[in-house]
Amino acid sequence: MTKPESEWTWKELPPGTTILEPGNACQYRTGDWKTLKPVLNKELCIHCGLCYIFCPDMSYALNPEGYFIVDLFYCKGCGICAKECPTGAITMVLEKEEEK
Amino acid sequence: MGKRIGMEVSIAAAEAVKQCNVDVISAYPITPQTHVVEHLSELVANGEMDAEFFCVESEHSALSVCVGSEATGARSFTCTSSQGLALMSEITYIASALRLPIVMIIANRALSGPISIWNDHSDVMSIRDCGWIQFFAENGQDVYDQVFCAYRLAEDKEVLLPVIINMDGFTLSHVIEPIELIDQEKIDQFLPAYKPVLSLHPDRPVTMGGIALPGIFTETKKAQEVAIQSSMPKILETWKAFGDMTGRYYNPVETYKTEDAETVFVIMGSYGETASVAVDMMREEGRSVGLIKLRLWRPFPFEEFKKATLGVKQLVVIDRAVSVGARGPVASEVKAALYGEDQRPMVYNFVAGLGGRDVAPQDFIKMVDKAEIEIEEGNKEGYEIYGVRE
Repeated sequence: MTKPESEWTWKELPPGTTILEPGNACQYRTGDWKTLKPVLNKELCIHCGLCYIFCPDMSYALNPEGYFIVDLFYCKGCGICAKECPTGAITMVLEKEEEK
Repeated sequence: MGKRIGMEVSIAAAEAVKQCNVDVISAYPITPQTHVVEHLSELVANGEMDAEFFCVESEHSALSVCVGSEATGARSFTCTSSQGLALMSEITYIASALRLPIVMIIANRALSGPISIWNDHSDVMSIRDCGWIQFFAENGQDVYDQVFCAYRLAEDKEVLLPVIINMDGFTLSHVIEPIELIDQEKIDQFLPAYKPVLSLHPDRPVTMGGIALPGIFTETKKAQEVAIQSSMPKILETWKAFGDMTGRYYNPVETYKTEDAETVFVIMGSYGETASVAVDMMREEGRSVGLIKLRLWRPFPFEEFKKATLGVKQLVVIDRAVSVGARGPVASEVKAALYGEDQRPMVYNFVAGLGGRDVAPQDFIKMVDKAEIEIEEGNKEGYEIYGVRE
């Protein structure tokens, strides 16, 4: 949607609530579901990419330095990356209110 | 005036669907609806009708196919009864929420159990709140005519809602009646080619059937409720245009001998004709009796109904279904519609004709007798399942 759902009135909705703008799911911030966020310790990271492979929301992306970095806009805080990380480089920590 | 020919009502209904140039028919056979789609499959197989006929594996799929085809802009039709409608019910809500102008005929039949193939209105009452515009037909001509009206109304850019035509199983579906067929030229003028407002097409990508989170779901329901409520002027306009074309004018609420009537029946479907015979018999005896036939069930015609009941002393509401644990559904809605009126008639509710039980003119007279006496004695909550052996 071109604007947050909280700003739509019923009169503005297209017939059948059809979504007219393709590919707008990327604007949907699933990141505000989480209570825990993954934090990477780069010293332990071996660049294996298992966090990237296992992330069910494809929130991880490779950065130019070769690290897989989570996008907290989409990360729901499920913790699968931390569970799968073979070196324990990812830990789940409580997300503070001001970070949201 | 067109040619009147004797025809089974189901065949007439199928002929009307053919005359509407429907693109997609998707159906699963179930008694007493079967003859409608059987005839349509013959028309398609014989090359008399240019449409896709989908033989699906269930009614759930039958309506799902119609949702898909209608979403691409293809005029679509399905037909079902009873258990079939129950299996389809999930998709009925989706079709209306997506604002897809599908037309469906329901050959009304009792819902199990016990198993019954015969007529009552329990099937359609189970999807009362599904968001479709709902008509009840009184006779074969009515069924045939409503198919054209339904498509024209449903596809109107200001309406865009699916329509159900209720046709009593067997008492209408399997009866041979004189039907006046309408010339194809007239139909082509009355019902223009379907031009969808929004449709699925690779060149114009849209998403239909997305998720609505709590932040927007209520807005979608408000939009849907307003859409069906504000379809009323279009319903009147459609029936007026149809009347101008054929001379047969239909109304949301139809009255028969209600002028100065003290006691008035409220009936939906084919029992309207039987009740009108009973009204004539009672009028001959000098009794002040009339009849209201509810042709339009959704959107409920509040204003028209209130107008029709002005000055009436008592209503005898005949329900063809029972909301088990809460009496008859039509009577409940009639009472709710009249609650705010200063002068409102008393309502006596009979549940009658369940699972194909015959209700003869004499039975309607007995109901009036009982209601008049009991209301006179002060019974304000009259309710009875009529004709039960004690």
